[in-house]
Amino acid sequence: MNVYKFELKRLKKSILVWGLSVPGFLLFYLAFFPAMTSSGDAFSDLMQSMDPKFLAAFGIIPELPIGEILGYFNLTIGLILVPLAIQASNYGFHILSVEERELTADFLFTKPISRTKIIVSKFLSALTSLIIVDLILTAFTVIALTAFKGDEVVELKNVLILLLSVPFFQLTFMSIGMVISVSVKKVSSVLSYSMALAFGTYVVSSFGSILSSDAIKYITPFSHFDSAYVLINGHWHWGLIWISFTIMIVSLIASYFLYLKRNIASL
Amino acid sequence: MNVIEFNKLTKYYGKVKGCKDIDFNVKEGEIFGFIGPNGAGKSTTIRSMLSLIYPTSGSVNIFGKDAIKYGPEVRKDIGYLPSEIFYYDKMKVIDLLKYSASFYDIDCTDKIHELSKIMELDLNRKIEDLSYGNKKKVGIVQGLLHSPKLIILDEPTSGLDPLMQQKFFNLILAENKKGATVLFSSHILSEVQQLCNRVAIIKDGEILSIKDIKSIKNDNYKRFTFRGKSLNNGKFNIDGVTKLKEREDKVSFLFKGDVNKIVKIISGLKLTDVTIEEPTLEEIFMHYYE
Repeated sequence: MNVYKFELKRLKKSILVWGLSVPGFLLFYLAFFPAMTSSGDAFSDLMQSMDPKFLAAFGIIPELPIGEILGYFNLTIGLILVPLAIQASNYGFHILSVEERELTADFLFTKPISRTKIIVSKFLSALTSLIIVDLILTAFTVIALTAFKGDEVVELKNVLILLLSVPFFQLTFMSIGMVISVSVKKVSSVLSYSMALAFGTYVVSSFGSILSSDAIKYITPFSHFDSAYVLINGHWHWGLIWISFTIMIVSLIASYFLYLKRNIASL
Repeated sequence: MNVIEFNKLTKYYGKVKGCKDIDFNVKEGEIFGFIGPNGAGKSTTIRSMLSLIYPTSGSVNIFGKDAIKYGPEVRKDIGYLPSEIFYYDKMKVIDLLKYSASFYDIDCTDKIHELSKIMELDLNRKIEDLSYGNKKKVGIVQGLLHSPKLIILDEPTSGLDPLMQQKFFNLILAENKKGATVLFSSHILSEVQQLCNRVAIIKDGEILSIKDIKSIKNDNYKRFTFRGKSLNNGKFNIDGVTKLKEREDKVSFLFKGDVNKIVKIISGLKLTDVTIEEPTLEEIFMHYYE
């Protein structure tokens, strides 16, 4: 318990930064919606003039027209998922490797605590941080949708089902980060690793949308957690999401055993 | 009773040898020295005692229990001071010490204040603002705050000024009097001589020998160097002199025995410079094993 509390305290600043900036961005972005719809049909004409494949790359699809608040929200959440993936990957690459990088392993690991407890505590503290940010995001979303919907009637149920998948989306990235961080000898720069992972998978999923390729959709969590699918159908995309769940579980188990057997190098 | 029992402990990093067939015991209440040059395998041996690394083969028992299998339980009674100190920088000293204490089931508050007072450590400063020597003091306090039964010190004195070094030694001796066993790793022979009862000498990952410190003290080698004129006359070729190098203007050698003999010889010489120093560990090793 002491390690969990300590680790959570160390993440305090990170929770604050992510928890305010990401939901803040969502609020800011959705605030433009009323102005956009008031400009009348000009905007939807503009959209219709564009290639649907090009629009698909940004998550704009005919079933969710951008002139309606859910379509606009779908576009926003699609963008928001990128920083959320970066945050989660950051924790994944960071939490286990930091003790070796900052040479504090000699302190922590020589205390009367098992490695299992260390891993579990660190994992739970990062998970708590993610969930706190997701809860703030959910609150901001509900507030923003209610405030900016205008005369539209919005079914919040599908939105909440979508937001419920966000922690799992993040957990997938975090577990991939963890297993990579314990497989390599040293994670020298957490941010470059997590940017590569988050943007890499995002770009791949955008390509998947442009090409409407099913094969590409299998390999990136951004496609598994496709927000448009959930908003239209009202349930998760089980045909794809199980892949992320499998990656997550395998990564977590592998991280655990690799870390248990890891030799902590001295200077 | 043996507090530490090594059983052919061997550690390879890939193909690189860390240590091999480490096999000795440390008795309860002993201050046991562990000396060898840098890279000899001291840290490797110590790190496998603390489950920081896992041995390739062999094992080590601490308090009669396997140090890997019963790691968390065994570490309750171990205090460890690593050679290089790094702590969570953003913290205050007191917060780190409290965190350290939170791993043990006992109240360490009094001990923290007592130790910090002795080591003149300011508890309210941030760790990142501390000098190297002061960080070392944090290390000493966090290693001793739970009154461990076994104290493991890995080159503890680097960065401490001589006064602090002495205070630290006194602290270790006091803990030892109260019953703590100490494993003291160092590459400086004089500090090992000052504290330890027995000493293991390690080189290239293997234990060369285990000596009573008294016997090392009796082997009281000194390195003499004289400068002057016409010194290459064979006068120093007496019993106890080894590694004799004679030149016209300089003569140097190792000597073990009654130093008065040397004084007698040089009294008749015209010298410009004299140095008498402790031989390096390497030189001592050479003498044991040549």
